[in-house]
Amino acid sequence: MKRRFSRRYLEEKFFQALMGLSLLLVTGSLAGILLTVVIKGAPALTLDMITKTPQGGYYLGKEGGILNAIVGSLYLAGGGTILALIVSIPTVLGLNVYARGTRWADLVRLSLDLMWGTPSIVYGAFGFTLMLALGLKASLLAGIIVLGLLELPIMARAVDELIRMIPEELEESSFALGANRFETALFVILRQILPGLATAILLAFGRGIGDAASVLFTAGYTDRIPDSLMAPAASLPLAVFFQLNTPFPEVQQRAYAAALILTVIVLLTSLGSRWLAGRLGRYTIR
Amino acid sequence: METHISIRNLNAHYQDQQALKNISLDIPKNQITVIIGPSGCGKTTLLKSMNRFLDLVSGTQISGDVLIDDESIYAPSVDVTEVRKKVGLLLQRPFPLPMSIYDNVAYGLRIHSMHTRGHSLDTAVQHYLEMAGLWDEVKDRLHAPAARLSVGQQQRLCLARGLAVEPEILLGDEPTSALDPLSALNIEKRLMALKEQYTIVLVTHILRQAKRLADYAVFMYLGEMVEHGPAQQVLENPQQERTRAYLEGEF
Repeated sequence: MKRRFSRRYLEEKFFQALMGLSLLLVTGSLAGILLTVVIKGAPALTLDMITKTPQGGYYLGKEGGILNAIVGSLYLAGGGTILALIVSIPTVLGLNVYARGTRWADLVRLSLDLMWGTPSIVYGAFGFTLMLALGLKASLLAGIIVLGLLELPIMARAVDELIRMIPEELEESSFALGANRFETALFVILRQILPGLATAILLAFGRGIGDAASVLFTAGYTDRIPDSLMAPAASLPLAVFFQLNTPFPEVQQRAYAAALILTVIVLLTSLGSRWLAGRLGRYTIR
Repeated sequence: METHISIRNLNAHYQDQQALKNISLDIPKNQITVIIGPSGCGKTTLLKSMNRFLDLVSGTQISGDVLIDDESIYAPSVDVTEVRKKVGLLLQRPFPLPMSIYDNVAYGLRIHSMHTRGHSLDTAVQHYLEMAGLWDEVKDRLHAPAARLSVGQQQRLCLARGLAVEPEILLGDEPTSALDPLSALNIEKRLMALKEQYTIVLVTHILRQAKRLADYAVFMYLGEMVEHGPAQQVLENPQQERTRAYLEGEF
C-alpha cells in the first residue's frame, strides 16, 4: 500500500479544492447580484412600474412606471438583434462557403474580433458622429443601428465557430447529391447550426439590451413610448442610471426595480432560447 | 463489355505530392468494379476523380481526363452539379443531413426539382427507401430525425438519398467499413442487386469483400495502377508480382 498522503494525492486534492472555489465564486457572484437586485428592487416593483409610463413628478417619487424604458429596450435590442442577424448570417456563410481559407476571410475575422473588443462608448460616439453626418436626431432607428453594430461581432463570431465545427463530410454529402454551395449553405449548414444560432441570438440580444453607453447619445431618453423609428426611445439601463443618480431614496429603489425587470427579461430570453435550442437540436447531426 | 467510365492519362497532385500517376482505365457498365490497394495508394483519389470531388480539396492539380458516356466531366462547359447528380457517392461513414428521414430522401428531388415531373414526392421517397431496403424499418417514423437511426440504417438512408437523384453510377468509398458485420452484409446485398441498373465502383480494403462483390478489379500501389482486369483474374491469379504480394498479405 502506498502512503495515503502522497504528493500526487495532495496535488489532486489541492486542484479539486481550487475548482470548487472557482465554482463557488461564479455561482456566488450571480447569487449576490440577483439577491441585491431582488432585495432592493422588489419592494418598488409595483404593477404600475411595468404598466405605466412616468407621470408628472415621477422622478420625485410620485405616480407612474417605466413602461417607456421596457418597451424602448425591447424595441432597441430586438431591432439591433434582427439587424445583426441579417448582416451576420450572409457574412459568415460567405466566409465559410465561398471565401474559406483566404486572406480575405482572415481579415474579416480579425475585424470582427477587434469590433468585439471595442468599448461600447466608442460605438456610441461613432453612432453620434454618423447621426450628425446623416442629419439624424437621437432616435429609435439610430439606437437600433448602433446596437446592431455592437451585436454584430458577437453574433457573427459565435455563428462562425458553429459552422467551423461542422464535419466536412456533411457538406460533402450535400455536394455528392449535386447540390451547389448556395443550396448546401441554406438547407444543410444553416439547418445544422440552428440550435447554436438560438444561443448566439441570445448572447447578442443580452449584450444589446444591457448596454447603456451606446444608446446614451443615439437613442436618447424620453418618457413616451416611441411611436416611430424617428422618435427617441428610452431604455432600461439608462432608466437605472438616471434613477440611481437622483437624491431621493424612493426613486433610487425604483432604479433597482428597473434593474430587476432587465434581469428578468434576460433570464426569460435565456430560458426561451435554451428551450428552442433543445427543440431545434433534434435534427442536428453529431 | 461496354465501357461506362473512361479514365485517360489521369494525374493528380496534392501540393507537391503526386497521388495518381498516369492512370488509364475503362470501367465496365452495369458491373461492380472494386479498387484495392494499401492505405495511401491513391484509390480514394481515383474514386473521387470520377465525381469531381477532387475539386473540393484546395491545392489539387489534375491533368488528363475522365469520360462518362464518352463525354469529358472536366470540360469547362460541364456543370459540376450535373456530374455529381449522375454519379452518386457513399462515404465511409454515413452522414445523414440534419433533417427528417423523409426530407433526407426528398432533398435531392427538391433541389433538382424532380418531383414536379408527374410523380408525387411521397411515392418517390417510398420507392427509394424500398430500393435501399430501409422502408419497412422507417415507414412509421418518416418524420423522425435521421440522426436517430442506427449507423447501418443511416448508410442505407444515404444510399436511398443517393438513388433518389437518379444517378447512373454509384461510387463507394469503403462504404461498409464503419458498419457492424450484419449491416455491412445488408449493404453488400443491396449493391449486388443494384448492379443490374447501375455501374458501381467501390474502394475497399477488405479483400474478402472484394472477392464477394467484384466483377472487375483494379489494384493500385503508390499512385500507380499496377493491374486491372476481370476480378477472377486479378484476385485469384494476378499477373503482377506486387498484386500477388498484396493479396497474400505481405504489405
